[in-house]
Amino acid sequence: MAKTETKAVICVACPLGCHVQVTMEGGRPVKALGAQCRKGLEYATQEIQDPVRVLATTVPVTGGILPLLPVRTEGPVPRRMLRACMLALAQCRVQAPVRAGQVILENVAGTGVRVIASRDLPRLSSGL
Amino acid sequence: METVQVDVAVVGGGPAGLAAAWKAREAGAERVMLVERDFELGGILQQCIHPGFGLRYFKEELTGPEYAERFIARIREAGIEVKLNTMVLEIIPSGAPSVAPECALMCVNRQDGVLSIRAKAVVLAMGCRERTRGAIAIPGERPAGIYTAGTAQRLINMEGLMPGRQVVILGSGDIGLIMARRLTLEGAEVKAVVEIMPRPGGLERNLVQCLHDFDIPLLLRHTVVEVHGRQRVEGVTIAAVDENSKPVAGTEQFIACDTLLLSVGLIPEVELCRGAGIEIHPVTGGPVVNEWRQTSMPSIFACGNLLHVHDLVDNVTREAEIAGREAARYSRGELRAKPEAIAMVPGRNVRYVVPQFISAWGEEEVQVYFRVVETEEDVYVVAKLGEQLVARKRQMRVQPPEMVSLRLRPQAMVESLRKLVELKGISAKDLVCRIEVEPHGQN
Ligand SMILES: Cc1cc2nc3c(=O)[nH]c(=O)nc-3n(C[C@H](O)[C@H](O)[C@H](O)COP(=O)(O)OP(=O)(O)OC[C@H]3O[C@@H](n4cnc5c(N)ncnc54)[C@H](O)[C@@H]3O)c2cc1C
Ligand code: SF4
Repeated sequence: MAKTETKAVICVACPLGCHVQVTMEGGRPVKALGAQCRKGLEYATQEIQDPVRVLATTVPVTGGILPLLPVRTEGPVPRRMLRACMLALAQCRVQAPVRAGQVILENVAGTGVRVIASRDLPRLSSGL
Repeated sequence: METVQVDVAVVGGGPAGLAAAWKAREAGAERVMLVERDFELGGILQQCIHPGFGLRYFKEELTGPEYAERFIARIREAGIEVKLNTMVLEIIPSGAPSVAPECALMCVNRQDGVLSIRAKAVVLAMGCRERTRGAIAIPGERPAGIYTAGTAQRLINMEGLMPGRQVVILGSGDIGLIMARRLTLEGAEVKAVVEIMPRPGGLERNLVQCLHDFDIPLLLRHTVVEVHGRQRVEGVTIAAVDENSKPVAGTEQFIACDTLLLSVGLIPEVELCRGAGIEIHPVTGGPVVNEWRQTSMPSIFACGNLLHVHDLVDNVTREAEIAGREAARYSRGELRAKPEAIAMVPGRNVRYVVPQFISAWGEEEVQVYFRVVETEEDVYVVAKLGEQLVARKRQMRVQPPEMVSLRLRPQAMVESLRKLVELKGISAKDLVCRIEVEPHGQN
Protein backbone atom coordinates (compact mmCIF):
# COMPACT_ATOMS: atom_id res chain seq x y z
CA MET A 1 0.00 0.00 0.00
CA ALA A 2 1.20 3.49 -0.84
CA LYS A 3 2.29 5.67 2.03
CA THR A 4 -0.36 8.19 3.15
CA GLU A 5 0.44 11.52 4.76
CA THR A 6 -1.34 14.83 5.20
CA LYS A 7 0.10 18.26 4.55
CA ALA A 8 -1.32 21.61 5.62
CA VAL A 9 -1.41 24.33 2.98
CA ILE A 10 -2.90 27.79 3.20
CA CYS A 11 -4.63 28.56 -0.08
CA VAL A 12 -3.79 32.06 -1.25
CA ALA A 13 -5.78 31.94 -4.47
CA CYS A 14 -8.25 34.40 -2.97
CA PRO A 15 -8.48 36.61 0.14
CA LEU A 16 -10.33 33.93 2.16
CA GLY A 17 -7.05 32.10 2.79
CA CYS A 18 -8.53 28.64 3.51
CA HIS A 19 -6.50 26.20 5.59
CA VAL A 20 -6.43 23.15 3.33
CA GLN A 21 -5.47 19.68 4.63
CA VAL A 22 -4.17 17.68 1.71
CA THR A 23 -3.93 13.90 1.89
CA MET A 24 -1.01 12.55 -0.13
CA GLU A 25 -0.76 8.98 -1.33
CA GLY A 26 2.54 7.88 -2.81
CA GLY A 27 3.52 11.52 -3.28
CA ARG A 28 0.26 12.40 -5.07
CA PRO A 29 -2.50 14.51 -3.55
CA VAL A 30 -5.79 12.61 -3.43
CA LYS A 31 -8.02 14.65 -1.13
CA ALA A 32 -8.26 18.21 0.20
CA LEU A 33 -10.24 19.18 3.30
CA GLY A 34 -11.07 22.72 4.34
CA ALA A 35 -11.07 24.37 0.92
CA GLN A 36 -14.16 26.48 0.35
CA CYS A 37 -14.00 26.11 -3.40
CA ARG A 38 -12.56 23.91 -6.11
CA LYS A 39 -9.54 26.11 -6.72
CA GLY A 40 -8.28 24.97 -3.31
CA LEU A 41 -7.28 21.43 -4.37
CA GLU A 42 -5.68 22.73 -7.55
CA TYR A 43 -3.75 25.32 -5.61
CA ALA A 44 -2.73 22.92 -2.84
CA THR A 45 -1.49 20.37 -5.37
CA GLN A 46 0.63 22.95 -7.15
CA GLU A 47 1.83 24.31 -3.82
CA ILE A 48 3.04 20.90 -2.67
CA GLN A 49 4.61 19.85 -5.95
CA ASP A 50 6.20 23.12 -7.11
CA PRO A 51 4.93 26.42 -5.66
CA VAL A 52 4.44 29.26 -8.14
CA ARG A 53 4.17 33.02 -7.57
CA VAL A 54 3.60 36.19 -9.55
CA LEU A 55 6.70 38.37 -9.14
CA ALA A 56 6.27 42.13 -8.85
CA THR A 57 9.25 44.49 -8.78
CA THR A 58 10.56 47.65 -10.47
CA VAL A 59 13.02 48.46 -13.24
CA PRO A 60 14.84 51.78 -13.75
CA VAL A 61 13.38 54.03 -16.44
CA THR A 62 15.00 57.01 -18.09
CA GLY A 63 13.20 60.19 -19.13
CA GLY A 64 10.02 59.39 -17.19
CA ILE A 65 8.04 61.25 -14.55
CA LEU A 66 9.40 58.74 -12.03
CA PRO A 67 12.78 56.98 -11.87
CA LEU A 68 11.19 53.53 -11.59
CA LEU A 69 8.64 51.53 -13.51
CA PRO A 70 6.61 48.90 -11.61
CA VAL A 71 6.53 45.59 -13.48
CA ARG A 72 5.22 42.07 -12.90
CA THR A 73 5.40 38.66 -14.48
CA GLU A 74 2.42 38.14 -16.78
CA GLY A 75 1.71 34.80 -15.13
CA PRO A 76 3.13 32.88 -12.19
CA VAL A 77 6.72 31.61 -12.19
CA PRO A 78 8.16 28.80 -10.04
CA ARG A 79 8.97 30.16 -6.61
CA ARG A 80 12.46 28.66 -6.81
CA MET A 81 13.09 30.95 -9.82
CA LEU A 82 12.25 34.24 -8.04
CA ARG A 83 15.90 35.10 -7.38
CA ALA A 84 16.95 34.26 -10.92
CA CYS A 85 14.15 36.47 -12.22
CA MET A 86 15.25 39.36 -9.97
CA LEU A 87 18.80 39.02 -11.27
CA ALA A 88 17.63 39.01 -14.89
CA LEU A 89 15.52 42.11 -14.25
CA ALA A 90 18.45 43.87 -12.57
CA GLN A 91 20.00 44.18 -16.06
CA CYS A 92 16.87 45.75 -17.51
CA ARG A 93 16.59 49.46 -18.45
CA VAL A 94 13.63 51.06 -20.14
CA GLN A 95 12.94 54.36 -21.84
CA ALA A 96 9.81 56.46 -21.16
CA PRO A 97 7.09 56.66 -22.30
CA VAL A 98 5.79 53.25 -21.29
CA ARG A 99 2.23 51.94 -21.56
CA ALA A 100 0.65 49.58 -19.02
CA GLY A 101 0.84 46.01 -20.31
CA GLN A 102 3.88 46.72 -22.52
CA VAL A 103 6.31 43.79 -22.58
CA ILE A 104 9.52 44.67 -20.76
CA LEU A 105 11.27 41.29 -20.94
CA GLU A 106 10.43 38.09 -22.85
CA ASN A 107 11.04 34.73 -21.20
CA VAL A 108 12.47 35.98 -17.91
CA ALA A 109 15.28 33.70 -16.64
CA GLY A 110 14.18 30.93 -19.01
CA THR A 111 10.79 30.50 -17.32
CA GLY A 112 8.90 31.12 -20.55
CA VAL A 113 7.00 33.94 -18.82
CA ARG A 114 6.95 37.58 -19.97
CA VAL A 115 7.45 40.60 -17.71
CA ILE A 116 5.02 43.47 -18.34
CA ALA A 117 4.71 47.08 -17.19
CA SER A 118 1.98 47.55 -14.60
CA ARG A 119 1.33 51.25 -15.21
CA ASP A 120 1.57 54.01 -17.79
CA LEU A 121 4.69 56.07 -17.33
CA PRO A 122 4.65 59.30 -19.38
CA ARG A 123 7.77 61.19 -20.45
CA LEU A 124 8.79 63.94 -18.07
CA SER A 125 8.37 66.78 -20.58
CA SER A 126 5.07 65.60 -22.03
CA GLY A 127 3.14 67.01 -19.09
CA LEU A 128 0.57 65.02 -17.13
CA MET B 1 -9.65 84.48 -4.98
CA GLU B 2 -10.79 82.11 -7.73
CA THR B 3 -14.18 80.47 -7.05
CA VAL B 4 -15.72 77.53 -8.88
CA GLN B 5 -19.19 76.07 -8.46
CA VAL B 6 -19.76 72.30 -8.75
CA ASP B 7 -22.40 69.73 -7.88
CA VAL B 8 -20.14 67.21 -6.17
CA ALA B 9 -16.56 67.80 -5.02
CA VAL B 10 -14.38 64.82 -4.02
CA VAL B 11 -11.31 65.24 -1.81
CA GLY B 12 -8.54 62.65 -2.36
CA GLY B 13 -7.67 60.79 -5.57
CA GLY B 14 -6.99 57.31 -4.16
CA PRO B 15 -9.22 54.35 -4.98
CA ALA B 16 -11.98 55.74 -2.75
CA GLY B 17 -12.01 59.19 -4.35
CA LEU B 18 -11.74 57.76 -7.87
CA ALA B 19 -14.73 55.45 -7.40
CA ALA B 20 -16.79 58.12 -5.63
CA ALA B 21 -16.20 60.73 -8.35
CA TRP B 22 -16.95 58.25 -11.13
CA LYS B 23 -20.13 57.03 -9.47
CA ALA B 24 -21.35 60.55 -8.68
CA ARG B 25 -21.09 61.36 -12.38
CA GLU B 26 -22.78 58.08 -13.34
CA ALA B 27 -25.59 58.90 -10.92
CA GLY B 28 -26.23 62.13 -12.80
CA ALA B 29 -24.22 64.83 -11.01
CA GLU B 30 -23.33 67.20 -13.81
CA ARG B 31 -20.23 68.92 -12.60
CA VAL B 32 -17.93 66.71 -10.52
CA MET B 33 -14.50 67.88 -9.39
CA LEU B 34 -11.79 65.64 -7.93
CA VAL B 35 -9.04 67.26 -5.85
CA GLU B 36 -5.72 65.51 -5.14
CA ARG B 37 -2.67 66.93 -3.41
CA ASP B 38 -0.19 64.60 -5.14
CA PHE B 39 1.07 65.03 -8.74
CA GLU B 40 -1.00 62.09 -9.98
CA LEU B 41 -4.12 60.06 -9.16
CA GLY B 42 -4.12 56.61 -7.55
CA GLY B 43 -3.28 57.35 -3.91
CA ILE B 44 -1.51 54.62 -1.97
CA LEU B 45 -2.09 52.16 -4.84
CA GLN B 46 0.75 53.63 -6.91
CA GLN B 47 3.30 52.43 -4.37
CA CYS B 48 1.63 49.02 -3.81
CA ILE B 49 3.26 47.36 -6.82
CA HIS B 50 2.47 43.82 -5.59
CA PRO B 51 -0.46 41.78 -6.90
CA GLY B 52 -3.49 41.14 -4.71
CA PHE B 53 -5.93 43.83 -5.79
CA GLY B 54 -9.26 43.43 -7.56
CA LEU B 55 -9.95 39.73 -6.96
CA ARG B 56 -13.49 40.55 -5.90
CA TYR B 57 -14.31 43.66 -7.93
CA PHE B 58 -12.69 42.80 -11.25
CA LYS B 59 -12.49 39.01 -10.66
CA GLU B 60 -8.81 39.06 -11.54
CA GLU B 61 -5.64 39.70 -9.64
CA LEU B 62 -4.09 43.09 -10.36
CA THR B 63 -1.23 45.10 -8.90
CA GLY B 64 -2.02 48.40 -7.17
CA PRO B 65 -1.04 50.60 -10.15
CA GLU B 66 -3.08 48.42 -12.53
CA TYR B 67 -6.14 48.72 -10.31
CA ALA B 68 -5.70 52.49 -10.13
CA GLU B 69 -5.23 52.73 -13.90
CA ARG B 70 -8.65 51.20 -14.58
CA PHE B 71 -10.38 53.82 -12.47
CA ILE B 72 -8.25 56.68 -13.80
CA ALA B 73 -9.43 55.67 -17.28
CA ARG B 74 -13.06 55.80 -16.09
CA ILE B 75 -12.49 59.28 -14.65
CA ARG B 76 -11.06 60.44 -17.98
CA GLU B 77 -13.91 58.97 -20.00
CA ALA B 78 -16.56 60.42 -17.69
CA GLY B 79 -15.15 63.92 -18.22
CA ILE B 80 -14.57 64.58 -14.55
CA GLU B 81 -12.48 67.65 -13.77
CA VAL B 82 -9.34 66.81 -11.84
CA LYS B 83 -7.25 69.27 -9.82
CA LEU B 84 -3.81 67.77 -9.18
CA ASN B 85 -1.13 69.21 -6.90
CA THR B 86 -3.99 70.80 -5.02
CA MET B 87 -4.31 70.58 -1.27
CA VAL B 88 -7.60 71.09 0.52
CA LEU B 89 -6.90 73.16 3.62
CA GLU B 90 -10.33 73.66 5.09
CA ILE B 91 -13.91 72.57 4.65
CA ILE B 92 -16.69 74.94 5.58
CA PRO B 93 -19.93 72.93 5.75
CA SER B 94 -23.16 74.12 4.24
CA GLY B 95 -25.27 76.02 6.69
CA ALA B 96 -22.27 78.04 7.85
CA PRO B 97 -23.26 81.73 7.53
CA SER B 98 -20.64 82.62 4.92
CA VAL B 99 -21.45 79.86 2.44
CA ALA B 100 -25.00 78.53 2.91
CA PRO B 101 -26.43 76.51 1.30
CA GLU B 102 -23.27 75.15 -0.27
CA CYS B 103 -20.11 73.64 1.21
CA ALA B 104 -16.89 75.50 0.52
CA LEU B 105 -13.54 73.81 0.08
CA MET B 106 -10.56 76.10 0.53
CA CYS B 107 -7.68 74.80 -1.59
CA VAL B 108 -4.21 75.90 -2.63
CA ASN B 109 -2.14 75.13 -5.70
CA ARG B 110 0.50 76.80 -7.83
CA GLN B 111 -1.76 77.83 -10.73
CA ASP B 112 -4.75 79.25 -8.90
CA GLY B 113 -3.13 80.24 -5.61
CA VAL B 114 -6.06 80.04 -3.25
CA LEU B 115 -9.07 78.39 -4.80
CA SER B 116 -12.56 78.11 -3.34
CA ILE B 117 -14.69 75.21 -4.55
CA ARG B 118 -18.37 75.55 -3.75
CA ALA B 119 -20.19 72.25 -3.86
CA LYS B 120 -23.73 71.10 -3.19
CA ALA B 121 -22.27 67.87 -1.79
CA VAL B 122 -18.77 66.77 -0.83
CA VAL B 123 -17.21 63.31 -0.62
CA LEU B 124 -14.20 62.99 1.65
CA ALA B 125 -11.65 60.30 0.71
CA MET B 126 -8.36 61.41 2.27
CA GLY B 127 -7.27 57.90 3.29
CA CYS B 128 -5.18 57.35 6.38
CA ARG B 129 -1.68 57.87 7.64
CA GLU B 130 0.73 55.62 9.49
CA ARG B 131 1.26 55.59 13.19
CA THR B 132 4.80 56.70 13.91
CA ARG B 133 7.37 55.95 16.55
CA GLY B 134 6.16 58.91 18.57
CA ALA B 135 2.76 57.27 18.81
CA ILE B 136 4.23 54.11 20.35
CA ALA B 137 7.18 55.40 22.37
CA ILE B 138 10.23 53.13 22.14
CA PRO B 139 12.99 54.27 24.46
CA GLY B 140 16.51 54.86 23.15
CA GLU B 141 18.36 57.27 20.88
CA ARG B 142 16.82 58.93 17.84
CA PRO B 143 19.22 57.74 15.16
CA ALA B 144 18.62 57.70 11.39
CA GLY B 145 17.27 54.44 9.99
CA ILE B 146 13.79 54.35 11.51
CA TYR B 147 10.98 54.47 8.95
CA THR B 148 7.33 53.68 8.79
CA ALA B 149 6.74 50.73 6.45
CA GLY B 150 4.69 52.81 4.02
CA THR B 151 7.42 55.44 3.72
CA ALA B 152 9.96 52.70 3.01
CA GLN B 153 7.57 51.30 0.41
CA ARG B 154 7.39 54.64 -1.39
CA LEU B 155 11.19 55.05 -1.26
CA ILE B 156 11.87 51.61 -2.74
CA ASN B 157 9.03 51.34 -5.24
CA MET B 158 8.75 54.89 -6.53
CA GLU B 159 11.96 56.72 -5.77
CA GLY B 160 14.53 53.98 -6.15
CA LEU B 161 16.12 54.36 -2.72
CA MET B 162 16.98 51.47 -0.38
CA PRO B 163 16.34 52.41 3.25
CA GLY B 164 18.86 49.89 4.60
CA ARG B 165 20.49 46.46 4.38
CA GLN B 166 19.71 44.70 7.63
CA VAL B 167 16.19 45.21 8.77
CA VAL B 168 13.94 44.49 11.73
CA ILE B 169 10.23 45.10 11.26
CA LEU B 170 8.05 45.99 14.22
CA GLY B 171 4.43 44.99 13.66
CA SER B 172 2.97 42.30 11.42
CA GLY B 173 0.30 44.32 9.63
CA ASP B 174 0.00 43.85 5.88
CA ILE B 175 2.32 46.70 4.96
CA GLY B 176 5.06 45.30 7.21
CA LEU B 177 4.70 41.82 5.71
CA ILE B 178 4.73 43.14 2.17
CA MET B 179 7.83 45.17 2.89
CA ALA B 180 9.58 42.13 4.39
CA ARG B 181 9.28 40.39 1.02
CA ARG B 182 10.09 43.46 -1.02
CA LEU B 183 13.27 44.20 0.96
CA THR B 184 14.36 40.57 0.71
CA LEU B 185 13.87 40.53 -3.06
CA GLU B 186 15.92 43.72 -3.32
CA GLY B 187 18.78 42.04 -1.49
CA ALA B 188 18.33 43.24 2.09
CA GLU B 189 18.30 40.84 5.01
CA VAL B 190 15.11 40.96 7.06
CA LYS B 191 16.17 39.58 10.42
CA ALA B 192 12.75 39.34 12.02
CA VAL B 193 9.21 40.60 12.13
CA VAL B 194 8.34 41.35 15.74
CA GLU B 195 4.68 41.36 16.84
CA ILE B 196 3.47 42.24 20.31
CA MET B 197 0.12 40.43 19.90
CA PRO B 198 -0.27 36.64 20.14
CA ARG B 199 -1.45 36.57 16.51
CA PRO B 200 -0.27 38.19 13.28
CA GLY B 201 -1.84 41.49 12.25
CA GLY B 202 -1.90 40.86 8.51
CA LEU B 203 -3.82 38.64 6.14
CA GLU B 204 -3.02 34.94 5.92
CA ARG B 205 -2.02 35.19 2.27
CA ASN B 206 0.62 37.75 3.12
CA LEU B 207 2.06 35.59 5.89
CA VAL B 208 2.50 32.76 3.40
CA GLN B 209 3.81 34.72 0.45
CA CYS B 210 5.88 37.28 2.30
CA LEU B 211 7.32 35.48 5.34
CA HIS B 212 7.13 31.69 4.86
CA ASP B 213 8.38 31.90 1.27
CA PHE B 214 11.57 33.62 2.40
CA ASP B 215 12.02 31.95 5.80
CA ILE B 216 11.66 35.24 7.62
CA PRO B 217 11.05 34.63 11.34
CA LEU B 218 7.88 36.02 12.92
CA LEU B 219 8.22 36.56 16.66
CA LEU B 220 4.77 36.78 18.22
CA ARG B 221 4.34 38.21 21.72
CA HIS B 222 7.59 40.14 21.36
CA THR B 223 8.38 43.81 21.10
CA VAL B 224 11.27 46.22 20.59
CA VAL B 225 12.32 47.58 23.96
CA GLU B 226 15.33 49.64 22.91
CA VAL B 227 16.88 51.15 19.81
CA HIS B 228 20.70 51.36 19.73
CA GLY B 229 22.98 53.70 17.76
CA ARG B 230 23.78 57.42 17.79
CA GLN B 231 24.01 58.50 14.14
CA ARG B 232 22.46 55.45 12.52
CA VAL B 233 20.57 52.47 13.95
CA GLU B 234 23.07 49.78 15.02
CA GLY B 235 20.64 47.31 16.49
CA VAL B 236 17.54 46.80 18.56
CA THR B 237 16.83 44.94 21.77
CA ILE B 238 13.70 42.85 21.65
CA ALA B 239 11.95 41.05 24.51
CA ALA B 240 9.04 38.70 25.05
CA VAL B 241 5.91 40.23 26.58
CA ASP B 242 3.42 38.90 29.13
CA GLU B 243 -0.41 38.80 28.91
CA ASN B 244 -0.53 42.52 29.63
CA SER B 245 1.90 43.25 26.81
CA LYS B 246 4.62 44.21 29.33
CA PRO B 247 8.18 43.11 28.49
CA VAL B 248 9.35 40.14 30.55
CA ALA B 249 12.69 40.77 32.32
CA GLY B 250 15.45 38.36 31.33
CA THR B 251 14.10 37.67 27.83
CA GLU B 252 15.99 40.55 26.17
CA GLN B 253 17.85 39.75 23.00
CA PHE B 254 20.01 42.03 20.82
CA ILE B 255 19.57 42.01 17.06
CA ALA B 256 22.14 43.89 14.95
CA CYS B 257 20.50 45.91 12.16
CA ASP B 258 20.78 49.27 10.40
CA THR B 259 17.07 49.82 9.85
CA LEU B 260 13.88 49.54 11.88
CA LEU B 261 10.57 49.61 10.03
CA LEU B 262 7.39 50.40 11.91
CA SER B 263 4.18 48.79 10.76
CA VAL B 264 2.10 49.54 13.79
CA GLY B 265 -1.19 50.60 12.33
CA LEU B 266 -2.98 53.27 10.37
CA ILE B 267 -5.06 56.20 11.54
CA PRO B 268 -7.77 57.89 9.43
CA GLU B 269 -6.68 61.33 8.19
CA VAL B 270 -9.46 63.27 9.94
CA GLU B 271 -7.96 66.74 10.48
CA LEU B 272 -10.23 68.28 7.83
CA CYS B 273 -13.23 66.51 9.37
CA ARG B 274 -12.47 67.86 12.81
CA GLY B 275 -12.19 71.37 11.41
CA ALA B 276 -15.60 71.01 9.79
CA GLY B 277 -17.15 69.81 13.05
CA ILE B 278 -17.88 66.31 11.77
CA GLU B 279 -18.54 63.71 14.50
CA ILE B 280 -15.72 61.16 14.79
CA HIS B 281 -16.19 57.60 16.03
CA PRO B 282 -13.92 56.66 18.96
CA VAL B 283 -13.17 53.12 17.72
CA THR B 284 -12.82 53.52 13.94
CA GLY B 285 -11.16 56.92 14.26
CA GLY B 286 -13.16 58.02 11.21
CA PRO B 287 -16.45 59.90 10.79
CA VAL B 288 -19.73 58.44 12.03
CA VAL B 289 -21.94 57.68 8.99
CA ASN B 290 -25.29 56.23 7.95
CA GLU B 291 -25.85 53.67 5.17
CA TRP B 292 -25.30 56.36 2.54
CA ARG B 293 -21.90 57.20 4.10
CA GLN B 294 -23.34 60.56 5.07
CA THR B 295 -21.58 62.18 8.04
CA SER B 296 -23.07 64.27 10.83
CA MET B 297 -22.85 67.21 8.38
CA PRO B 298 -25.60 66.20 5.92
CA SER B 299 -23.89 67.59 2.80
CA ILE B 300 -20.61 65.78 3.56
CA PHE B 301 -20.02 62.09 2.78
CA ALA B 302 -16.99 59.92 3.62
CA CYS B 303 -15.50 56.66 2.37
CA GLY B 304 -12.37 54.51 2.11
CA ASN B 305 -9.60 54.42 4.68
CA LEU B 306 -10.72 57.78 6.00
CA LEU B 307 -13.88 56.09 7.27
CA HIS B 308 -12.25 52.95 8.68
CA VAL B 309 -9.08 51.09 7.76
CA HIS B 310 -9.77 48.52 5.03
CA ASP B 311 -7.73 45.43 4.20
CA LEU B 312 -9.10 45.05 0.66
CA VAL B 313 -9.28 47.76 -1.95
CA ASP B 314 -12.34 46.06 -3.46
CA ASN B 315 -14.34 46.97 -0.36
CA VAL B 316 -13.00 50.52 -0.54
CA THR B 317 -14.34 50.81 -4.07
CA ARG B 318 -17.79 49.45 -3.18
CA GLU B 319 -18.10 51.80 -0.24
CA ALA B 320 -16.96 54.78 -2.29
CA GLU B 321 -19.51 54.02 -4.99
CA ILE B 322 -22.24 54.31 -2.37
CA ALA B 323 -20.86 57.62 -1.12
CA GLY B 324 -20.55 59.01 -4.66
CA ARG B 325 -24.03 57.92 -5.71
CA GLU B 326 -25.69 59.31 -2.59
CA ALA B 327 -23.75 62.58 -2.77
CA ALA B 328 -25.14 63.00 -6.30
CA ARG B 329 -28.66 62.40 -4.98
CA TYR B 330 -28.10 64.83 -2.13
CA SER B 331 -26.90 67.49 -4.58
CA ARG B 332 -30.30 67.21 -6.28
CA GLY B 333 -32.18 67.32 -2.99
CA GLU B 334 -33.37 63.72 -3.32
CA LEU B 335 -31.96 62.14 -0.18
CA ARG B 336 -34.49 61.70 2.61
CA ALA B 337 -33.79 60.30 6.06
CA LYS B 338 -36.55 58.97 8.34
CA PRO B 339 -37.07 60.89 11.55
CA GLU B 340 -35.71 57.98 13.60
CA ALA B 341 -32.44 56.37 12.65
CA ILE B 342 -31.54 52.90 13.88
CA ALA B 343 -28.15 52.69 15.56
CA MET B 344 -25.92 49.77 14.58
CA VAL B 345 -23.96 48.61 17.61
CA PRO B 346 -21.26 45.98 18.15
CA GLY B 347 -22.30 42.92 20.18
CA ARG B 348 -20.42 39.73 21.10
CA ASN B 349 -16.93 39.56 19.55
CA VAL B 350 -17.45 42.64 17.36
CA ARG B 351 -15.13 45.63 17.60
CA TYR B 352 -16.98 48.12 15.42
CA VAL B 353 -19.70 48.34 12.80
CA VAL B 354 -19.91 50.59 9.72
CA PRO B 355 -22.33 52.24 9.02
CA GLN B 356 -23.10 53.33 12.56
CA PHE B 357 -26.67 54.33 11.65
CA ILE B 358 -29.37 53.32 9.21
CA SER B 359 -31.44 56.36 8.25
CA ALA B 360 -33.94 54.93 5.77
CA TRP B 361 -34.47 51.42 7.10
CA GLY B 362 -36.87 49.24 5.22
CA GLU B 363 -36.22 50.93 1.88
CA GLU B 364 -33.04 49.46 0.49
CA GLU B 365 -30.76 46.58 1.21
CA VAL B 366 -27.88 47.57 3.47
CA GLN B 367 -24.52 45.82 3.64
CA VAL B 368 -22.88 46.28 7.04
CA TYR B 369 -19.15 45.86 7.57
CA PHE B 370 -17.46 44.98 10.83
CA ARG B 371 -14.32 43.67 12.47
CA VAL B 372 -14.09 41.01 15.16
CA VAL B 373 -12.04 41.11 18.34
CA GLU B 374 -10.94 37.46 18.42
CA THR B 375 -10.47 34.69 15.88
CA GLU B 376 -13.32 32.13 15.90
CA GLU B 377 -14.02 29.09 13.73
CA ASP B 378 -17.39 28.00 12.35
CA VAL B 379 -19.73 30.75 13.52
CA TYR B 380 -22.89 32.59 12.64
CA VAL B 381 -22.71 36.32 12.19
CA VAL B 382 -26.06 37.80 13.09
CA ALA B 383 -27.98 41.06 13.22
CA LYS B 384 -30.61 41.47 15.92
CA LEU B 385 -33.14 44.22 16.30
CA GLY B 386 -34.18 44.06 19.91
CA GLU B 387 -34.65 40.28 20.27
CA GLN B 388 -35.66 39.84 16.65
CA LEU B 389 -33.22 38.12 14.31
CA VAL B 390 -32.89 40.24 11.17
CA ALA B 391 -30.06 38.50 9.35
CA ARG B 392 -27.82 35.50 9.85
CA LYS B 393 -24.94 34.08 7.89
CA ARG B 394 -22.69 31.08 8.52
CA GLN B 395 -18.97 31.77 8.30
CA MET B 396 -16.08 29.27 8.40
CA ARG B 397 -13.76 31.63 10.21
CA VAL B 398 -13.65 35.22 11.42
CA GLN B 399 -10.35 36.94 12.27
CA PRO B 400 -9.40 40.49 13.24
CA PRO B 401 -7.38 41.30 10.08
CA GLU B 402 -10.31 40.47 7.81
CA MET B 403 -13.36 42.65 7.52
CA VAL B 404 -16.66 40.74 7.69
CA SER B 405 -19.88 41.81 5.99
CA LEU B 406 -23.55 41.02 6.45
CA ARG B 407 -26.54 41.92 4.30
CA LEU B 408 -29.67 43.38 5.89
CA ARG B 409 -32.76 42.91 3.76
CA PRO B 410 -35.38 45.64 3.94
CA GLN B 411 -38.34 43.24 4.42
CA ALA B 412 -36.66 41.60 7.40
CA MET B 413 -36.02 45.00 8.99
CA VAL B 414 -39.61 46.16 8.47
CA GLU B 415 -41.15 42.91 9.73
CA SER B 416 -39.01 42.79 12.86
CA LEU B 417 -39.75 46.39 13.51
CA ARG B 418 -43.46 45.96 13.13
CA LYS B 419 -43.43 43.08 15.62
CA LEU B 420 -41.49 45.08 18.14
CA VAL B 421 -43.49 48.26 17.72
CA GLU B 422 -46.96 46.72 17.46
CA LEU B 423 -46.69 43.76 19.80
CA LYS B 424 -44.37 45.11 22.42
CA GLY B 425 -45.10 48.78 22.09
CA ILE B 426 -41.45 49.66 21.72
CA SER B 427 -40.82 53.00 20.04
CA ALA B 428 -38.67 52.87 16.90
CA LYS B 429 -36.40 55.54 18.25
CA ASP B 430 -35.35 53.31 21.15
CA LEU B 431 -34.24 50.50 18.86
CA VAL B 432 -30.69 49.48 18.21
CA CYS B 433 -29.51 46.79 15.85
CA ARG B 434 -26.79 44.60 17.33
CA ILE B 435 -24.26 42.86 15.12
CA GLU B 436 -22.60 39.87 16.75
CA VAL B 437 -20.79 36.58 16.30
CA GLU B 438 -22.40 33.44 17.67
CA PRO B 439 -20.73 30.07 17.96
CA HIS B 440 -22.37 27.52 15.68
CA GLY B 441 -24.87 25.29 17.45
CA GLN B 442 -26.13 28.00 19.78
CA ASN B 443 -29.52 29.59 19.25
C1 LIG C 1 1.10 48.91 1.91
C2 LIG C 1 -0.32 48.57 1.61
C3 LIG C 1 -0.62 47.36 1.03
C4 LIG C 1 -1.91 47.02 0.67
N1 LIG C 1 -2.15 45.83 0.06
C5 LIG C 1 -3.39 45.53 -0.39
C6 LIG C 1 -3.63 44.33 -1.16
O1 LIG C 1 -2.73 43.51 -1.39
N2 LIG C 1 -4.87 44.11 -1.63
C7 LIG C 1 -5.88 44.98 -1.39
O2 LIG C 1 -7.00 44.75 -1.88
N3 LIG C 1 -5.69 46.12 -0.65
C8 LIG C 1 -4.47 46.42 -0.14
N4 LIG C 1 -4.25 47.57 0.60
C9 LIG C 1 -5.42 48.38 1.00
C10 LIG C 1 -5.89 49.42 -0.01
O3 LIG C 1 -4.88 49.73 -0.92
C11 LIG C 1 -6.28 50.66 0.73
O4 LIG C 1 -7.27 50.30 1.64
C12 LIG C 1 -6.80 51.73 -0.23
O5 LIG C 1 -5.77 52.17 -1.08
C13 LIG C 1 -7.35 52.94 0.51
O6 LIG C 1 -7.86 53.87 -0.41
P1 LIG C 1 -8.22 55.37 -0.08
O7 LIG C 1 -8.61 55.99 -1.37
O8 LIG C 1 -9.17 55.40 1.05
O9 LIG C 1 -6.87 56.03 0.48
P2 LIG C 1 -5.51 56.45 -0.25
O10 LIG C 1 -5.13 55.50 -1.31
O11 LIG C 1 -4.55 56.69 0.84
O12 LIG C 1 -5.86 57.84 -0.96
C14 LIG C 1 -6.06 59.06 -0.27
C15 LIG C 1 -5.69 60.20 -1.19
O13 LIG C 1 -6.11 61.43 -0.63
C16 LIG C 1 -5.14 62.42 -0.86
N5 LIG C 1 -5.31 63.48 0.13
C17 LIG C 1 -5.24 63.36 1.50
N6 LIG C 1 -5.46 64.54 2.09
C18 LIG C 1 -5.69 65.44 1.10
C19 LIG C 1 -5.99 66.85 1.10
N7 LIG C 1 -6.10 67.54 2.22
N8 LIG C 1 -6.15 67.47 -0.10
C20 LIG C 1 -6.05 66.76 -1.26
N9 LIG C 1 -5.78 65.44 -1.31
C21 LIG C 1 -5.60 64.78 -0.14
C22 LIG C 1 -3.83 61.65 -0.74
O14 LIG C 1 -2.77 62.31 -1.39
C23 LIG C 1 -4.19 60.32 -1.41
O15 LIG C 1 -3.92 60.31 -2.79
C24 LIG C 1 -2.95 47.93 0.96
C25 LIG C 1 -2.67 49.15 1.57
C26 LIG C 1 -1.38 49.49 1.89
C27 LIG C 1 -1.10 50.82 2.54
S1 SF4 D 1 -9.93 27.29 -1.43
FE1 SF4 D 1 -11.16 28.64 -2.73
S2 SF4 D 1 -12.22 29.94 -1.26
FE2 SF4 D 1 -10.54 29.00 -0.12
S3 SF4 D 1 -8.84 30.48 -0.30
FE3 SF4 D 1 -8.62 29.01 -1.97
S4 SF4 D 1 -9.65 30.00 -3.68
FE4 SF4 D 1 -10.35 31.05 -1.83
